[in-house]
Amino acid sequence: MSDYLVIDNLTKIYPTPKGDAVIVKDFNLRIKKGEFVCLIGHSGCGKSTVLSMVTGLNEITGGGIILAGKELVGPGPDRGIVFQSPCLLPWMTAFENVMLGVDQVFFTADKAERKQIAEYYLSVVGLADSMHKKPAELSQGMRQRVGIARAFALSPKMLLLDEPFGMLDSLTRMELQQVLIELWRRDKKTALMVTHDVDEALFLADRIVCMTNGPEAEVGEILEVHFPRPRDRKAVLEHPDYYKLREHLIAFLEERAHKKLPKTKIDLPKSSPPQNPNGSAHRKALNVLLNHA
Amino acid sequence: MAFLELKNVSKGFGANGSRAEVLRDINLQIEKGEFVAIVGFSGAGKTTLISLIAGLLKADSGNLTLNDLEITAPGPDRGIVFQNYSLLPWLSVFENIFLAVEAVNPNWSPQKKKEHVEKYIAIVNLTPARDKKPGELSGGMRQRVSVARALAMNPQILLLDEPLSALDALTRATLQDEISRIWSEDKKTVVMITNDPDEGILLADRIIPLSAGPGATLGHAIQIDIPRPRDRKAINHEPRFKEIRREIIEYLLNSKGEHHATLTKKLILPDIEPEDLSLPRHALGGRTKPIRRREVKEIEVSA
Repeated sequence: MSDYLVIDNLTKIYPTPKGDAVIVKDFNLRIKKGEFVCLIGHSGCGKSTVLSMVTGLNEITGGGIILAGKELVGPGPDRGIVFQSPCLLPWMTAFENVMLGVDQVFFTADKAERKQIAEYYLSVVGLADSMHKKPAELSQGMRQRVGIARAFALSPKMLLLDEPFGMLDSLTRMELQQVLIELWRRDKKTALMVTHDVDEALFLADRIVCMTNGPEAEVGEILEVHFPRPRDRKAVLEHPDYYKLREHLIAFLEERAHKKLPKTKIDLPKSSPPQNPNGSAHRKALNVLLNHA
Repeated sequence: MAFLELKNVSKGFGANGSRAEVLRDINLQIEKGEFVAIVGFSGAGKTTLISLIAGLLKADSGNLTLNDLEITAPGPDRGIVFQNYSLLPWLSVFENIFLAVEAVNPNWSPQKKKEHVEKYIAIVNLTPARDKKPGELSGGMRQRVSVARALAMNPQILLLDEPLSALDALTRATLQDEISRIWSEDKKTVVMITNDPDEGILLADRIIPLSAGPGATLGHAIQIDIPRPRDRKAINHEPRFKEIRREIIEYLLNSKGEHHATLTKKLILPDIEPEDLSLPRHALGGRTKPIRRREVKEIEVSA
């Protein structure tokens, strides 16, 4: 079996007083070992819901997920997670934050080796000089570097990244993409990342999975990205296919966005009969998403 | 002499001992009716630069002139749009803009002031939200109010300090189109600060990178000779777009690449495997040392 991560008919339903809100429906995806896959879609389309089910932090309503031949139940250190905000413990230094997880999964190793692991990853992400600072003394970009180091230091089977650079400005984002991709290449990790940044997805991914807008989000289309690795930003930007792919993705996102943005969808005539028993719930969920966007 | 001119402007903060140089030798000339974007990293000193032009900060050295007059204090000839909107929360959309109009044109009749405010509310498409308070508006709508307020003062120059950075990608795109439309209608002189090269290229006549701080300075200005109106999607076909984009990104990333960690300690990564925490401890079978990766390989070969 060459598929490392198998997501099979994954479904997420939230019960609401007005019936079920189907956020993700029959989502299928297979990822090979060592692959870097990006999930792209608009805010509220359900991409983070898919990822949070893979992390085990969100309960699965239907379908299943298999990682390295084992069905996933709940969260675990075999999956390293990088969140949108780094979620560091503010009373601990960057080093202590990384050691927290390292001490757990390497409990059979001696203290010196555990320390080496934390120091290694913090240095590789560019924090050799600041690893003994507390989060409050670090810039937003540096904090996210700690988040990346912490995820890699656990030596996880898989990396799960939920818009890890969404809160950073576009230039700091490019720097951190470089840090991430170098570590990924060095450690030969399998990665699944959620993003809405087209350039980010093109620079990092082997495959880009475009999600349709929720509710009932599913895989819209899958784009193969064949830029040679290791990737260099300049070379990627100069690649003849780059702007073709970029335009394609932007068009995909815009078309999906326009489907939900115009007033026609919001002002659904109240008299029209619901399409199915859950129609009103769908509309409600849609409106929630619209207001949120 | 150019409309807005900055000559050898430098600015730093802090006392003599712990002084941090933020901007160094900034030279900038902007003609009337020009739209200039300045793009740089966060923390580079972009906001310091716009505060100097606005007169909210004083330069340590160098000269700033607008229309041949030296900039010494803030004034209504420069309209500012801040990243965080800076609206008065207890005033409605109308009242927020009215406040600015009244301050600039105290001699106008009440009727004229009212019509003037309403005209600008209409320009930013906020007429339905005229009587709402900022707390009832989305981020994008608040920024529209802020833009209308700056425009309603009829300033000689519009200063936009990362006006769209706090908004999500979709709202951002909508407002970019709107800024582009409003600008093409009355061709005001605009200086926009942004951290997004794409945004700068889409909107401006000229884009200038600000190198990474400390001691940031302006790089080589690039004329954006892409015909308007510019379409976000179609622009991807434009060879000039790719060229400008690459040049800006390269300049900025290179300006940052110089500082490296000073600590040169040999790094060691132990080749040990993590333990499976989902298994009970007795599953280790008495093993007290971690599994080494090279040992794993041997097992695989012999099997």
